[in-house]
Amino acid sequence: MNLQTFLLMRHEIILMIIILVMLAAEIFSDDKKNTYNLSIISIILFAIHTIIGYLPGEQGTLFGKMYINSELTVQMKNILNIGVLIVLLQASQWLRKPENEGKTTEFSLLIYSTLLGMYFMISSGNFLMLFIGLETATIPVATLAAYDKYRNQSSEAGIKLLLSSALSSGILLFGLSMIYAVAGTFYFEQISSNLATMSHTPALLALGMIFFIAGMAFKISLVPFHLWTADVYEGAPVPVTSYLSVVSKGASVFIFTIVLYTVFKSMLVLWTDAVIGIAVATMIIGNLFALRQKNMKRFLAFSSIAQAGFILLGTVAGSQFGMSTVLYFVLIYIFSNLAAFGVVSIISYSTGKESMNDYKGLYNTNPKLSLIMMLALFSLAGIPPVAGFFGKFFLFMASAEQGYYYFVLIAVLNTIISLYYYLLPVKAMFIDTNETPIEPLKSELLPKIALVLCVVGLLVIGFASPVFEYLKEISFGI
Amino acid sequence: MDFLSLFVIIPTITVFAIAVSKNYQQTRLIAAVGMGIQLILSIVLLFSYMALRKAGNTEEMLYAHSYMWFPALNIKYSIGVDGIAVAMIVLTSVIVFAGVFASWISVEKWQKEFFIFLILLATGVFGFFISLDMFTMFLFYELAVLPMYILIGIWGSGRKEYGAMKLTLMLMGGSALLLFGIIGIYYNSFDTFGNHTFDIIEISHNNLPLNVQLFFYPFIFVGFGVLGALFPLHTWSPDGHASAPTAVSMLHAGVLMKLGGYGILRVAMFLLPEAAQTTAWIFIILATIGVVYGAFGVIWQKDLKYINAYSSVSHVGLITFGLLMMNTTAMDGAVIQMISHGLMTALFFALIGMIYGRTHTRDITQMGGLMKVIPFLAVCYVIGGLASLGLPGFSGFVAEMTIFFGAFQHADAFRTVATILVASSIVVAAVYILRVIGILLFGPIKNAHFEELKDATWYERVSTVTLILAITIIGVAPFWLSDMIQVSLSPIVARLTSVF
Repeated sequence: MNLQTFLLMRHEIILMIIILVMLAAEIFSDDKKNTYNLSIISIILFAIHTIIGYLPGEQGTLFGKMYINSELTVQMKNILNIGVLIVLLQASQWLRKPENEGKTTEFSLLIYSTLLGMYFMISSGNFLMLFIGLETATIPVATLAAYDKYRNQSSEAGIKLLLSSALSSGILLFGLSMIYAVAGTFYFEQISSNLATMSHTPALLALGMIFFIAGMAFKISLVPFHLWTADVYEGAPVPVTSYLSVVSKGASVFIFTIVLYTVFKSMLVLWTDAVIGIAVATMIIGNLFALRQKNMKRFLAFSSIAQAGFILLGTVAGSQFGMSTVLYFVLIYIFSNLAAFGVVSIISYSTGKESMNDYKGLYNTNPKLSLIMMLALFSLAGIPPVAGFFGKFFLFMASAEQGYYYFVLIAVLNTIISLYYYLLPVKAMFIDTNETPIEPLKSELLPKIALVLCVVGLLVIGFASPVFEYLKEISFGI
Repeated sequence: MDFLSLFVIIPTITVFAIAVSKNYQQTRLIAAVGMGIQLILSIVLLFSYMALRKAGNTEEMLYAHSYMWFPALNIKYSIGVDGIAVAMIVLTSVIVFAGVFASWISVEKWQKEFFIFLILLATGVFGFFISLDMFTMFLFYELAVLPMYILIGIWGSGRKEYGAMKLTLMLMGGSALLLFGIIGIYYNSFDTFGNHTFDIIEISHNNLPLNVQLFFYPFIFVGFGVLGALFPLHTWSPDGHASAPTAVSMLHAGVLMKLGGYGILRVAMFLLPEAAQTTAWIFIILATIGVVYGAFGVIWQKDLKYINAYSSVSHVGLITFGLLMMNTTAMDGAVIQMISHGLMTALFFALIGMIYGRTHTRDITQMGGLMKVIPFLAVCYVIGGLASLGLPGFSGFVAEMTIFFGAFQHADAFRTVATILVASSIVVAAVYILRVIGILLFGPIKNAHFEELKDATWYERVSTVTLILAITIIGVAPFWLSDMIQVSLSPIVARLTSVF
């Protein structure tokens, strides 16, 4: 390991160092006050790490092209970092609850471990690396979902997540073995160059690809592999849910898009049909189920399923523009969803209320929270002036560029359904009256910073065109 | 900094100023000052525009500026106005100004938020009219539609939640079709450098292929048509308008519905002329049904707001009808009708709000003899009614006559029959308007409590007189307006007629 290697792997190595430092500090600290300070230190360290991620660095490959570092992967990691930072800020208040005493540091340790897995997954140039990264990213999340060990629902969420991930990993591995059987290698580059020489696509390979798509669809919670999502999201503690719905999903979408664009680029015709089918099903089912949800966490869970369907509009395009819209939308989605979850977590933390009916009359008592929630929901629905409008618009454009007009039309019509249910919480907060509204809440500094970050992101990212221009520049197409 | 962007910047500044205002007095003062500046600015725009034209400036768009926004996608913030846009901008600022005064005291709670959302809505409308790039146009369009939900939902009356949701979903449904349509146009368009573009003027320099036009035209026409209360997609309008608060009804029926007609003119017909000609017959049938249906729909209504909402469906249908006749005279009439109906309906909704604020009922069968107790408002109502049924001397007459003159220039039987049917709605209009005036304003006072009603206050007078003044100016001296519009219509009509 020389300095150059270090620079290439700076994300992974710095995060690893943070994990080790926190682990050591956790062992040597004993009383309660120290643990709280530790969690603050951990957030500060991570914020520094996030900033370092933006410093310019070199590109290259390591370990015989098993590990790829390009401007694209760096930015993907940076996008995830922003999400994790906001989640950590939001969680800080909740972590100080008495029932979380003695395991505060574990929370950030587990989050960092999954993030490390995602880093490796995104940077992988080989299916083995991808699988190791994926597993590293998944198993700690199951632990996180079961973090509230005194709540049955939380344990249930953990087990459900673990079992369904195990199943999906199995499917993924099975698909990989088929790909290996045909291509004779696990390296992305070699597989695609081997495929290019073949006159026709072997059936086994197509099957392998289908299994790969299915395995990834579990992680991104696409229909029909979405059934675990709502239960897990509802059962897990709010910060973990927001982490799952944003960071975890974003990372999986990234690698899914990269693999489709590199390994399977010669099979474009095959996978576009499959992905379009999945996307349409995801949008429609996600939307229809979201219509009737009364629990805010379940509501956001189903909305996040539908959003994943929209992200696929960009993936399907198979162009540089398509990939850039995926990145751009995930970035915006992080801010929108985390703003919504931030409000839900503040309310859930102080009052324990999670039902949409409890939100009635919220504007009377908590105008700021209501406004942030409204902005977040508008962004999810894709309404100007918030960033979600730009994200959705570009996704539609990316797909239409390739001529998938009917697909775009279905997606566009789905936005109307989604608008209906995104307006329901707005109606509850602003229009409905309530005799026992949630009393005015005071939140701590760190969750406030998180919300402010989200709002700034929502208002700025759309109008600031350089963000999109930059993401477009670093993306690649088939 | 260019001149036209001020029309977006001033309302935005007003919104922020309202957000930091300390009490209701300050809030409404800021709103009034902001919109007063906007009104003055739009009149300056009107005169300087006419001066430029008189000086021989023949460019299609004046005050045009274009700034690159997303270079990778060739999306620009490009603005510019022609006579039609100038007229619409003046209309908007008159109505917003009157709307602020109409809601001087009538907003009961959260006044600050009310004015913020109201002016945000106006920002969207102004932005829509100055845009020449379909991306920004669409952005402003959605910005104008969504605040409606909150405005109706919170400050509305009656079945407000139902009305608000119905209106929002139907209009956003229209905008979804529109989104699909403009993306379709984008990928079939080329600017001078061979890139795809959203710029309306650039697109209009080339003709799009016929199959592309035919495929996307219905989406754009229907998308805008929903907002223009195109039959059978008009159902949001009566429910939405009936439950909206006064200023919102004024702005919505007065201006926002005109976004539909303007969009049909500027995007659908200008960019897709061949498809417009080919499919015109379908939409002529729909528009004719809308006009007649709306007029007959009024007769059964007892609620003042429903009466005005249905007559709006009929009058706005007339705009679509005029545009679909596709010759200079009829389209000229249609644009004048946009302005004329905008002013009249805003006046009506303002008066209805004022009457309702006094009588606490909008049911005409419970009222009567209002002329004796509130003569000022009653006379204003009569003026509005007469203008609405097309009495010479008011704007309604000019608009409707021009539309029918233009429509009769077509010799074919289909258009002639449609025109006769549409023209017959004028008679129905006279029936329902005079009936309402008779029941509402004359006759015995049915409720003893009405004897003590007070007549209009100063801010109500500001609101109504502004509108009546505008109606009369157009009615007495329509030619400057008509000329201004005709010059700007010529490129559109040229594209439409060059097809055959």
